[in-house]
Amino acid sequence: MMQIEEKFTFETWPASPEKATLEAKNKFLGFWLFLGGETVLFASLFATYLALKNRVPENSHMALAKDIFELPLTFVATMLLLTSSLTSVYAIYHMKNFAFKKMYLWFGITILLGAGFLGLEVYEFNHYVHKFHHTFTSSAFGSAFYTLVGFHGGHVAFGLLWILTLMIRNAKRGLNLYNAPKFYVASLYWHFIDVVWVFIFTVVYLMGMVG
Amino acid sequence: MSTNTQRKGFGSTLWGFLTTVDHKKIAILYLIAGGFFFLVGGIEAMFIRIQLSEPNNHFVSAAEYNQIMTMHGTTMIFLAAMPLVFAFMNAVMPLQIGARDVAFPFLNALGFWLFLFGGLFLNCSWFLGGAPDAGWTNYASLAMNSKGHGVDFYVLGLQITGIGTLIGGINFLVTIINMRAPGMTYMRMPLFTWTTFVTSGMILFAFPPLTVGLVFMMFDRLFGAKFYEVAFGGNTVIWEHLFWVFGHPEVYILILPAFGIFSEVFAMFSRKRLFGYSSMVFATVLIGFLGFMVWAHHMFTTGLGPVANSIFAIATMAIGVPTGIKIFNWLFTMWGGSVKFTTPMHYAVAFIPSFVAGGVTGIMLASAAADYQYHDTYFVVAHFHYVIVGGVVFALLAGTHLYWPKMFGTMLNEVLGKITFWFFLIGFHLTFFVQHLLGLWGMPRRVFTYLPGQGLDTANFVSTIGAFLMATGVTIMLVNIVMTTVKNEKVSHDPWGDGRTLEWSISSPPPFYNFKQLPLVRGLDAYWLEKMEGKDGMIPAEPIGDIHMPNSSFIPFMISLGLFIAAFGAMYHAEHSNWAFPLMFIGLLITFGSMFLRSVKDDHGFHIHKEELMNDNKGVEV
Amino acid sequence: MVNQQLNSANPRVDIEYRRKKSAEEMRYQIVSFSMMLFLTLIAFATVGLKGFDHWFAVPFILLLAVVQVIFQLFYFMHMNKKGHEAPSLFLFTGVLAAFLIVWTFSTIIWW
Repeated sequence: MMQIEEKFTFETWPASPEKATLEAKNKFLGFWLFLGGETVLFASLFATYLALKNRVPENSHMALAKDIFELPLTFVATMLLLTSSLTSVYAIYHMKNFAFKKMYLWFGITILLGAGFLGLEVYEFNHYVHKFHHTFTSSAFGSAFYTLVGFHGGHVAFGLLWILTLMIRNAKRGLNLYNAPKFYVASLYWHFIDVVWVFIFTVVYLMGMVG
Repeated sequence: MSTNTQRKGFGSTLWGFLTTVDHKKIAILYLIAGGFFFLVGGIEAMFIRIQLSEPNNHFVSAAEYNQIMTMHGTTMIFLAAMPLVFAFMNAVMPLQIGARDVAFPFLNALGFWLFLFGGLFLNCSWFLGGAPDAGWTNYASLAMNSKGHGVDFYVLGLQITGIGTLIGGINFLVTIINMRAPGMTYMRMPLFTWTTFVTSGMILFAFPPLTVGLVFMMFDRLFGAKFYEVAFGGNTVIWEHLFWVFGHPEVYILILPAFGIFSEVFAMFSRKRLFGYSSMVFATVLIGFLGFMVWAHHMFTTGLGPVANSIFAIATMAIGVPTGIKIFNWLFTMWGGSVKFTTPMHYAVAFIPSFVAGGVTGIMLASAAADYQYHDTYFVVAHFHYVIVGGVVFALLAGTHLYWPKMFGTMLNEVLGKITFWFFLIGFHLTFFVQHLLGLWGMPRRVFTYLPGQGLDTANFVSTIGAFLMATGVTIMLVNIVMTTVKNEKVSHDPWGDGRTLEWSISSPPPFYNFKQLPLVRGLDAYWLEKMEGKDGMIPAEPIGDIHMPNSSFIPFMISLGLFIAAFGAMYHAEHSNWAFPLMFIGLLITFGSMFLRSVKDDHGFHIHKEELMNDNKGVEV
Repeated sequence: MVNQQLNSANPRVDIEYRRKKSAEEMRYQIVSFSMMLFLTLIAFATVGLKGFDHWFAVPFILLLAVVQVIFQLFYFMHMNKKGHEAPSLFLFTGVLAAFLIVWTFSTIIWW
C-alpha cells in the first residue's frame, strides 16, 4: 500500500529520491523557500552588525574589531566547516547510490567536524570575554557581534542535533523514500550554514582585521 | 483508519478542531479567532473615538489611551486583518487550484496555533500590569523607555505570531507551485490565488527582518543587550529600518489578497471574464516587487538625507501605476457586464472610490518635501484608514458574505448584509474623511485629548458619530451570522449561481478530501467554461482511486503552547528568577520535545479507499 | 495524492549511466571544493600579509566570498541541476532583498 515504505535495492532506487514522491517534492521546495527567508534574516543581522561595528561607549577604550580577532583561530574554524560541507556532499552522493553505511559514515564525519567548529566557537567567545571584556552587554558592538555569530552558531548546533536525530531514528531501517528526502534537506541546511559562514569570516573577521 | 464517520458531541467537535490539519477547518479557526480579535480591536477603536469626541475629555487617562491606541493598531494589523486574510486563503485557495489540501497540512495547523497563542499572549498584558504603549510601530526611542512589561508583551507576542505567519506563507507558496490540478497553468490561476501567491512570497521576505528587530528588542529589554542603547553605541534608527522593511511590505501583504477577493467579486457579479487578466497578474507581481523598495517613505522626517528621500519618494509614486492599472481593469470588467448588486458587489463598488481616495492621499504623502507637513498628523491617520478600511476591511466583509456558503454551507441574509454595508460605508466616510481636515488643521496623531476653541471640536465629534455607525453595521452582521447559523438552510454547490472558479464546482461545504477526482482545467474560469457548455461539473482528470490524507495531530497545539509558556518565563526572569527561569525551561522543553516527537514518530497519513468514495455521494458530481 | 514511482524496473543500462553520471559529478564537487579552499586561502592571505590597502582588500575579499558562495550553491547544493527553477527564483529574490537591506544599513543609518 504505502509506496514510501517500500523496500528498495540499488537497482530499484530512483535517481532523485529526494524528489520521488509529492511529499518529498513539497519538502524539497519548502525547504529552499525557507532558505530564501533565512537569507533575509541573516542579511538583517549582517546589516545591523555593519551599522554597529566598533560602536562602543564614548571614551571607554574598549577593544575594537581590529584588537580582538585573530587569523589562525578563524582559519581553523573555516577549514573545519568547509570540509564538513564536502563530507555532507559525500553523504548525499552515497544516499543517491543507495549506500546506506557509507552515507552514515560521511554524515558521522560531518557531525564531528561541526562539533569541532562549535567547540572552537565556545573557546573563542570565552577568550574574548575574559581577555578583552568584550561581552554581549558591554556595548552595541558586542551585542551585534555575539548575536550575528551566535545565531550562526545556533544554526550549527541545531543542524548537528537534526542530523544526529535522523541518524539515530533511521539507523535500523535503512534508506527509503520517507527518510531520503529528510537526509537531503538536512544536508541542504548544512551547506547553507557554510554559505553564511563564508560571509561571516569575510565580513566580520577579515574585514574586522583590515580595519 | 478512516475519519469518514460522522462524530457528534461538543467534546469531540472541540477535539476535532484542536487536532485538525484540514485546510477548511483551519480556515474556520482563523475566521473565528481573527473575528474575535477584530471585535476586540473594534472596541478599542470605540474607546479612542469616545475619548476624542469632545475636548478635555477624561473617559480614559493619558496612559490608558496610549495602551488602547497601541493595542488597536497592533491587534487590527497582526491579529485581525492577517488571520482573516489567512482564513480566506485557507478556505478558498486550495479549492481554486484543484488541490486536496495544502502542501504541509501539519505546518498549516502549527501556523494557526502559533498565531493564536501569540495573540493571546499579547492580550494577556491587559490583565498583567498594562498593555504596550509605544504605538504599533513600537519605535525603539520610545519603547526602550516604556516602564513595566507592556512592550515585552508586544515583542514576545509578535515574535510567536510572526513565526506562524512565516510558516503559513511558505506553505501557500509550495501549495501553489506544486499542487495545481492538471491543466491549471500559472496563467489560468484565479486572481485570488495569484494574489495569495505574491502575498506569500512577500511574507517570506518581509517577516525575517521583523523577527530580527524583535529579537534585538527582546535582548535589549530582557537580557541586557545594547542594540538600541545610544549611550553604549547603539542606534534606535536600526529598529525603524527593520520595522519598516517588514512594515511596508506588510501593508501590501494585506491589500493584495483584498484585491484578489474583489477581482473575484467583480468577475462573478458582472458575469464577465475579468478584464485584462494578464495585466492584473503583471500588476500584482509588480506591486509585490516595488513593495520592498519603498519602506523609507515612513522615515522621511528621520533625516535620511535628500538623495535617499528622493529615491524612496519616486519608488513610492511608481507603485501608483500598477494599482491604477488594477482600478481601470475592475471598472472595465463591470462595463458591459450584466451587473448583479449582491452584498459582496456593494462592497466592491464602494471600494473603488474609497480606495482611490486613499491612494491619492498616498501620493501626497509620498512627496517627501510635503510629507514634513503631514507627518504625524491626523492626515496620515486618515490616509491609512482609507486604504486599510476602504481596501482590506471592505474586502474581508465582502469575502465573508461571498465565501460564507462555501465555508459553512449556508447563505448569510442578503437584506441584513446590505444594511450592514450601508451603515459601514457611511460610518467609514464620516469617521475618516474629516480626519484629513483635522490633520491639515494641525491636529497631531496619538494625542489623548485636545483643547477647546482650536476648531477641532466639531470634526472630532462627527468622526465619533461615524465610528458608532460602523459599530452598528458590524453588530448587524453579527446578528446576521447568528440568525443564519440557527436557521442553517443548506445551499447547493454554486449558491450565487455565478461561480466561475473550481471552488464552486464542489459541494458547500466540500467533503474533507475536496475533490473525489481531480478536475481537468481547460482554461481561465474553469468551472464557468464547463457551465457555458451545459455541464454542471468538471471533467475528471483521473479515475476514482484511493486518496491519501494526512493524520490529525495535537502536536501543533503543544509546540505553540510551549512557546506561550516560555515567553512568560523569559519576560519575568529578571525580577522573579526563582520561578521564571524554570518556567522558561519547561516551556522550551514542551516545544522542542513536541518537535522531537514529531520527527521520530512516523506519520504516513491514511488512505480513503476507492470503495468508500464510490458510496460517498458528496464528492464531485460527474 | 499519487506518489509517482519513476523507476520500478530500471534496466541495467540506466544504472551504469547513473553511476557514471554521479562519478562525474563527484569530480566537479572535488574541483569546486579545491576552488573554495583556494579562494579562502587567498582571502586570508590578503588580510594576513598586511601589505594591501584597505580600499583594495575589502572589495577583493568580498568578491572572493561571492564566488565561493556561488560554487557552494551551484555544485554542493545542486542548483546547477534541473528542477531548481522555483528555488532559484526565491533564493535570488531573497538575495536581492538582502542586498537592499545591507546597502541601506551601511549608507543611511545616521548618527
